[in-house]
This record gives sequence, structure tokens and C-alpha cells, in this order.
Amino acid sequence: MEIVNYFKPKTIEEAYEKLQEDPSNLIIGGGAWLRLSSKIVNTAIDLEYVGLNKIKDNEKNIEIDAYVTLREVEKHESLSNLFSGIVNKGINGIMAVALRNLVTVGGSIAGKYSFSDFITPLLAVNTEVVMYKAGKMSLEEFLKFRSKEKDIILKIIIKKEEVLGYYYKMKKTGLDFAVINVGVTNTAGYYKIVVGARPSLAAFAVKAMEYINSQKEITEEVIQKTSKIAIEELKFGTNSKASKEYRIELAKVYVKRGLKEVTK
Amino acid sequence: MKVVNQALPSIDGKGLMLGKKAYTDDLAEPHSLIVKVLRSPHPYAKIIKIDTTKAEALNGVELVLTYKDFDRRPFTRSGQGYPEPSPYDKFVLDEYVRYIGDEAAAVAAVDVKTAEKALKLIDIEYEVLEPVLDFETAYENKILVHPEPEIHDMFPIGFDPKKNLAASYHMHVGDVTKSLEESEVTIEETFYTQAQAHAMLEPHNVNARIDYQGRLVLYSSTQTPIHVRRIISQALDYPLSKIRVIKPRVGGGFGGKQAIHGEMFVSTVTLKTGKPSKMMYTRKEVFESSYSRHPMRLDIKLGATKDGILKVIDCWVTSDTGAYGEHALTVFMVVAAKVFPLYNKVDSVRFHGNVVYTNHTPAGAYRGYGAIQGNFALESAIDILCHKLNMDPVEFRQKNMMKETETSPIFKIMGEGTEGIEMFMDSCKLDYCVKRGAELANWKELYPRKELGNSKVKGVGMAIAMQGSGIPYVDMAAATIKLNDDGFYNLMIGATDIGQGSDTILAQIAAEALGTTLDKVIVYSSDTDLTPYDTGAYASSTTYVSGNAVLKAGKEMRQMIINEAAKVFEVNPEDVEYDGVTLKTKNKEITLKELSNRLFYNKDQKQLQITSSYYGTKSPPPFMAGFVEIDVDKETGEVDIIDYISIVDCGTTINPMLAKGQVEGGIVQGIGMAMYEEVNYTKKGKLITNDFLNYRIPTRREIHKLTTEFADSYEKSGPYGAKSVGEIGIDTPPAAIANAVYNAVGVRITTLPITPEKILLAIKKKERGE
Amino acid sequence: MKIKMTVNGTKKVYDVAPDEYLLDTLRADHFYSIKRGCDNSSCGVCTVLMDGKAVQSCSILSVKAEGHSITTIEGHQDEAKKLSEYFGHQGADQCGYCNSSLALTVHAMKTEIKHPTNEDIKEYLVGNLCRCTGYEAQHRAIKLCLEDEE
Repeated sequence: MEIVNYFKPKTIEEAYEKLQEDPSNLIIGGGAWLRLSSKIVNTAIDLEYVGLNKIKDNEKNIEIDAYVTLREVEKHESLSNLFSGIVNKGINGIMAVALRNLVTVGGSIAGKYSFSDFITPLLAVNTEVVMYKAGKMSLEEFLKFRSKEKDIILKIIIKKEEVLGYYYKMKKTGLDFAVINVGVTNTAGYYKIVVGARPSLAAFAVKAMEYINSQKEITEEVIQKTSKIAIEELKFGTNSKASKEYRIELAKVYVKRGLKEVTK
Repeated sequence: MKVVNQALPSIDGKGLMLGKKAYTDDLAEPHSLIVKVLRSPHPYAKIIKIDTTKAEALNGVELVLTYKDFDRRPFTRSGQGYPEPSPYDKFVLDEYVRYIGDEAAAVAAVDVKTAEKALKLIDIEYEVLEPVLDFETAYENKILVHPEPEIHDMFPIGFDPKKNLAASYHMHVGDVTKSLEESEVTIEETFYTQAQAHAMLEPHNVNARIDYQGRLVLYSSTQTPIHVRRIISQALDYPLSKIRVIKPRVGGGFGGKQAIHGEMFVSTVTLKTGKPSKMMYTRKEVFESSYSRHPMRLDIKLGATKDGILKVIDCWVTSDTGAYGEHALTVFMVVAAKVFPLYNKVDSVRFHGNVVYTNHTPAGAYRGYGAIQGNFALESAIDILCHKLNMDPVEFRQKNMMKETETSPIFKIMGEGTEGIEMFMDSCKLDYCVKRGAELANWKELYPRKELGNSKVKGVGMAIAMQGSGIPYVDMAAATIKLNDDGFYNLMIGATDIGQGSDTILAQIAAEALGTTLDKVIVYSSDTDLTPYDTGAYASSTTYVSGNAVLKAGKEMRQMIINEAAKVFEVNPEDVEYDGVTLKTKNKEITLKELSNRLFYNKDQKQLQITSSYYGTKSPPPFMAGFVEIDVDKETGEVDIIDYISIVDCGTTINPMLAKGQVEGGIVQGIGMAMYEEVNYTKKGKLITNDFLNYRIPTRREIHKLTTEFADSYEKSGPYGAKSVGEIGIDTPPAAIANAVYNAVGVRITTLPITPEKILLAIKKKERGE
Repeated sequence: MKIKMTVNGTKKVYDVAPDEYLLDTLRADHFYSIKRGCDNSSCGVCTVLMDGKAVQSCSILSVKAEGHSITTIEGHQDEAKKLSEYFGHQGADQCGYCNSSLALTVHAMKTEIKHPTNEDIKEYLVGNLCRCTGYEAQHRAIKLCLEDEE
């Protein structure tokens, strides 16, 4: 990436104004993967001094500002005691400590990366995204959200609930991207199933969730059938990492294992 | 022994960890011109127009080079002894580009940004040609990768570019057709190995300057400084005496730096501008535009008696050497030469095949050098045979493998590029290696598998391997030892330390021979002006060949010192006793320190210095047995390597800890090739796996446990009984793991790497009864 | 643009382009311990500490590091010397290209984890690739060094 000007505003308003000034202007998160882009950027905007770097552990939720690094989230003790630690587990599988010390919550979500190990567990719990202009919306809505104007992510809010969680990232080596990743949660009897890196973006297995959440008793049979519905409704694909056929087999197994795990 | 076979710390590790200036780029002149190369976006094309005016006009650009700036003189980039067994099929820059990433033009500018901008300003038009991307259809394809008339071989190697052949080879012993007919049990299988990348952490880089004597001086991250010097002289028609190549610390090579990389460009730029210049490959360039391992297809037939005596090995190989033929024939020959002799009791052997040109990244030297491909095929095939015979794989090896004092007719027929020499195994502890490995692997309990519950199953697999120790009558090494005042020595060696520790172990050999301690031997290596000849770091030659040269020099220096003391004492040399520190006779004594000072300053002054040379008359193979224990998830195909056990016979270990490091490093690279390192291209021939985000080498997470032991072995032709240990570690993992997977879940994977996907889909196929 | 930062305790002023990376800025200032390996944060040989935390200098813009405190192994020589002794005894020294960044990352690990287990160590250091040693000897050396410090 070629950058002509670098700007560190003092307020979010300054940042937003600068962002709209030129179509090539953008917000830099950690900036870890700028090299992979061949864009020419007039002004890169760094939010370091804007004050978006706190984690607030409230009674009913946890608010994580956009400029908090993934490593800080990973090490947050309160969060690791929630949801069977799946959010922390998801982050822990992302490359290396040194990268996680750099990349930010905002940057990791804004990219809507299909291989994201952060988005999948966040979807499986109750997460909202707050943007400067567009306001608050669920993470699910955010992933579908497109606006004409460029916006700035301010924070995410994760609701504190009694959740049994399961997260698995199938990867080939310790530093690799996911072949698929699976997040399953049980919130007081309500099941959520999320499969990401299919290779497409994380999504709910809606029909499978409808089915299992309508069952009175969660038997082995129910779990098998739920997993079967999930792989039939979700779209899987082939890329150089894995074939569609393999991803389907993996999803079938890990959704099943996840459901078993959270139904204890 | 006081110094040899001691686990002494390496002489250079501390300085490197402290971050001292030591590697090639650290030594570039400040304000060196940056050299960047314009690389072809097409797998096969002709440059029909190239206009560099705009690029040259850019402020900060010093020079732009195209094929028009060079005489048309073919050479080989391969770092091998002269005359090279590789075809002279490369021009510094050519009208044709033959793979995506091939060099089309070069630029020298004041900084990286300007150089990259200048590349974009080169006005270049290509006539895109249809490429040859499938190596199995390259032979006699109507599309020729090398139609140009000027290229040639240096001696017959089967080079036939009109058939897209860089090399071809045939050998046989006995009559394989007859032996197969007579065999009670036969098997036949085809194997594929991938174009593994070296992935050394320091990218290829080189820098040049003209010194105050008007000579071209290069610092290059290379394994073969002497060959680099000669090839530059040849290709650029520049006097050999005006070139100096120095190899500083190198951040890994593994064969990937046993060939020219940027040296031609920085040399040309510096000679033309008079200014220092440097070129560092980006990681993408290392993947796409340096070298890879030769991917191969191996067709194997084996025949045996009912009670498990192997009678015949028949093997055809097609090897893809990519766009240029570096190391084409020699890697090909090692597939058999350093693998098949393991089964020396057969009646007949046939090994033949083609090394074809394609429009892929060129393949070249890579640790194992054909032996790993051959080992994967043969040791997998042997296990297939064992299953057909219903025989334990360990038992089969013990019945059929090479033993001490034995030989194989293959040794005489196959050298490396030329004929070989007859060789009897003065040292071969393969029987011990297999027995001990089986013991540590708990083979009796675990073979073939053990169900673990929870959809997991444990499997064990094994393979045996051999390699070589230098190329007899070809690889020569020399060492110079100089005595200084104060009684310490300089050891000047051509031998190339690329991280394998040759500086340290050669100093250990010298210290042992001189009767002194390691700290008194100061090593300087790999400077074509100041150090004597050495072929370079390849063919596992350093310990055996360079080591023998050092041993000779050490012994001769020791004698020279005794002779001088004899003069001082006025006695015959035989009457002098010397323990490395003090020289004594009857009632007189003098310390080495005193003697050395006297020789410099006081009486009968002379400089004691000796240069000794050595070339091998045999290439005694190291041997090993590799046993692997894996846990497989039957529902997903995921594999965990629980333990990899290596029992190695490398003769004496000059430094047991460093030798262990060589084995373990090789094992993990072999595991990478066996399981993790996928090589993928687009349909158009572009390498997808061209950075570390996509090409996955093993991380710490994959390696749970490595158990490595050395057999008690002694090779009398080697320095203090040593053979070699640089390559042997890499050979067994692909076959051992393929065998373990079969033992665990009953599926035979014959293409590398063995991925969880391949395993699971094969299990599913088997379940469906296909 | 002129930016200020502290490197190994010394105040520095660098004149950098907005899209210049810390790796290049530091190497131009003769910090040879920091190496170039992959250009996209996937190998670890360029690791430095920013405010005590390990980051990859090939992927952090120099302007982003303005106002922060950078540490390289040149600022932790005693610790590196000590670790190198253990490396020497375990035969873990090969090409050395990954060693300085590894020593620095081990230092960062020590500040975060008090008694790291085998798994902790492998996980923390997973981003520091090594192609020479197969990791085993390095792991032994690091473990022994940490144990002896306790």
C-alpha cells in the first residue's frame, strides 16, 4: 500500500471528516496487512489518540473499544470465564502473539474476513457492533450492512449470559487459516450454530437451529439430524485450501461434536 | 578424544543471538544501488518490444538492463564442479521468458520505491505463447521450452531439448522382466512428490562493490562461493582474477542457495556504474523465482518370493526440472543411487526415466537431492509388498536390507552425474538402527494400530534410508592451518557454513589433530581470495571431505611443530614428545607458546603454515531407521505426530549435539514435505502457495516429540571415524508417515503431501467400497 | 515526516515516509538484529518489542510507532548472552537467523507468563518459525533456561 499522508486525529469527529474528504482515505487498524494491498491512499487515519482503547466490564455486558488489540481481548480474564471461553479461544488460534499485539478489534471485524476466527465465536454469542454514524446493530446485521458513506466502528458489545460454548478451528498447521471453523452455543436451552471459512463468511445454520430449538429432548438422533440439516443448508465451496466435499464432512463432524459438548 | 565427539557449543552462536552484524545484507555498502528485477507475468512468452526510456528517465534510476545489454552466452546457474553435469541453458537475460517469475529486465536505482516505480515504467510487450504446464505430457510435446540453438550440455547427460529433455538416464542390473515373471508375489504402484520449497528464513541476497584495487567484490548468501565466482566470470566474460566472492553468515540454504541467484545482476550493475549495488529477493521471489525441489512421478514394480525375499526393483521416473535444467541429471540419479542399494540382495534392478523441461519455476538442489523422492516411493512400495505377503515390515527390512561388509552393484554403476565406484560398507549399523528404533517405538505392542476410542486410532510406521558422503573423485576440499605467536592457530577453509555448523566441527577436528583446545583455533571460511578450494556445502561432503582435509592439515602442522622443536633441542624429531602444549625431550622442554614466539621474532624465524587437500575415493553412506507414531482422527483425517524416532549411523559424531540438530532439522523438513507443504498452481501456471501465509512449513505446534539417537559406529576412511549427517535426516518421514497412516486407517496415500483431506476422502471411498 | 520514539532507552528522531515500515527504519539505523524474512508478518524474524509487547516490525508503520518505546535485542544483551549459553549446550545454534527475534520473544513471554508449560512455550513462540533446528533443541534450551532462572 502506498500512503501519501498519515493523520492521527484527536477526536472521532476529526477522523470522520478526514475519512470523507477523499475516496481513497481509510482508517488503519493495526495496519498489519497493508503490504498485501496495492492501493494508493491519500490519507491513512490512525485512531490512536481518539480514546477508543478500553475494555469495560459492565454488569450486563462487556464493551470492547475498536482500537483494543486482539491480544488484550484474548487476555481479558472476565471474558475468558464467559461462554466457556470461546471468544478467547477463537482469538488464540489467530496466527501469533506478535500479530495479535498489533491487530485491532475494529480492523478484524471491518474486513468481514471469511476466514475470521474472531467473527465466528462472536456470532455464536450475543454481540452488537456500534458505528459512529450508523449506530448500534447486531453483528449479524453488521455483516450484511452496506452504506454509501464510509463509517467508523467504535466498539462491540457482548451481552453477558449463561452460555455453554464450543469452538473448533480446523487448520493444517499452527499458524494456518481455518479450513472451516465452527461455533456452537447453548444459552439456557437455546442453541446457535455458526460455521465460518466455508470458505465464505461465517453464517448461522438457520434451519438446523430452528429444528433443534423446537425439540423437547436433545438425543443423539436429534444431534445427528441437526448436523445433517446444517450441512445441507449451508453453502460450502472448494478453494486451494480444501475441497467442498471435505469441508462438508468436517462441518458435519464438528457441528455434531459441538452440540454434544454444549448439551452436557 | 578430547575435542571430537564432544558436545561443545558452536563458535558463533552467541554473536548471532546478540544480533551482531554478520549476514550478507548487514555487510552491504551504505547507499548501495537497489537492484530489482522485472518478472514475467506469463509462463511462456517472447518479448517483442521493450522500451526502457521512461524508466531510465526517472529521477534516481542509474541503469536499466534488458537482454540487449548482454552477449549471448549460455551458462548454467547450477553450483557444481566444472564441467557441470547440468545443461548450459540460461542467458543472463533472454528474449524468451519461460515461467511466471522469470527475469525479463532489471533496474538499479537509489532506493526500493524508485526501483519499483522504474519497473512499472518499462514499456514491455509480450507475445504470449502456449506453455507446457503438465510435466507428464512434456516429453516430445510439440511445444518446446528451449528451441534456441546456442544451448548445450558439457558432456552427454541425455540432454535433448527438441524433446523437452534436460536429461535422461538408464541403468539396469540383471533382467527385471524375467525376475518379475519369476517372482511369486509382485506389486506395482505410482507415486507423486511435490515441488517442495526450501523456505530458508533468509531470502537470497547479494551485494557488490568495486574495491580500491579495481576488483569486483561480492558478499553473497550462497553455498558455493567458488562456483559463483567461476560462473560470473564465464557468463559476463570477466577475468576470474578480478572477482572475489565472500560468503558471510547465511540464514539457511538447504540446497536452495547452491546456484546463482542475484549475483549476475549486481555484478553487471556494479561493473557498469562503478557503484556498489545490492539485491534482496522478496519472499514471493524466493518462492516463485528461485528454485524448488524436483517434483516427480515414480512408477515402481517390486517382486519377491512368498517368504519375503526381495528379488527385483523396477522403477521409471519422470522428473520436472521446470524452465531451466539446474541439477537435472544429478538429482535424478540420486533417486536410485542413494536409495536402492538399501536392498542389495535383489537379482535385478532397473532405473530409468526422463527429466523434462516445463514452464514452471526451475527445480534445483534440495537436501536429500532425489533420495527423499526415491525413498518415499520405494519404502512405501516395500510396505505395500509386506502387506501382500502378510509380513511385518520390520521383519522384511531385516531380511533384505544392506549389512556391514556388504556391497551393491549399483555403487559401481551410479555416481552422481557420472559412473560411480565399487564400495563395501565398512560401517553399516542399519541392523542396530532398525532394532533399536522398533524397541523405542514399542513396535511389537503397537503395530499395526491401537484403537484409542473417541474416533481416534494410533498407528506406527517405519522406513529406512541411506545417503552419501561427498562425491568420490569429484568433490575436493582443502584446509590451511597457520601457526601464530602465542601458540594459537588460524584455520582457513573453503568449506561453507550455512548454519549446519561446519566452522565449529572442522575446528574441532583441527583442534583434536593439533592436540589443542577449540578456543585456540580461529576459523575463517569461504572467501575465494583467502581460503583454499572447497566444492561447497552440498552432497553431505563437509564432514567427510573437508573434514579429512582438515585432519590431514592438522596432522601435518603438528609434525612441522615437532620438527621445529627438534631443531631447537638439536635432536631428531622422533625423540620429541608433544602433548599439544609442551614439547619435551630428555632434559629439555619448550612450550608451543614459546616456540611460536621464537619462530616469529627470535631465531630460525619462519612462518609455519600448511595447506592440505583431500578428495574422497569412496562415499560411505550414513544410514538411518525412522519410526513414527501417529494418532489419526478417523472422522476428520486429522493427524497428530506423537513421536518421531530416528536412529542414525553417521559414524563418529564430531559434535553429538550439532549432529542431533542436523537430524532433527532434517526430520522436521521431511515431515513438512510429508504432511503440510502443499504446492498449488492456478490453471494458468501461477504459483498460489508463494508466501508463508499460503505455504505452510511445520511450526512448533506440530512437533510434539523427537527422539534421536546415534548408533555406535566408526568409518575408518572418515576423519576420526565420521561419515556425514547433513541430509540423512530428511529422507524417511514421507514413507514412514504414509506407512503409519496405512497401518492406522487402512488407506494408502501415494501423493505428497499426505493431508487430512486426502486421508478422510480415501477412508470414505473405502467405506463406500470403491 | 519527522517522528520521535525511544529505542532501547535512547531518544531517537527519524525522518520517515508515511508508508515506511519500522523494520526498514531500524535497520537503516544499524539495528542488525532485526531481520527481513517474509514481508507479511508470517515468520517472526523481524520481531521487536513495542512498549514491552512483541510486534512484527515488517508490518508496523514507523509512524505508528511514534511516541512509543521500542526494544531490540541490542537492548537486552545480557539476557541474550544467557540464553545463548543454553542454546550452545543444547546444540540449538544453526544458521542463527531466527535467534535474536526468538530471544526477544522469550523475554516478552517471561513478562507475561510466570511458569510456562511446554504447551505455553510452544504456543507463545509459534509465530517464530525456524527451518533449521526442527524446534526440539531450541525448546529444550529455552525450558532449561527458564527453569534455572526460577
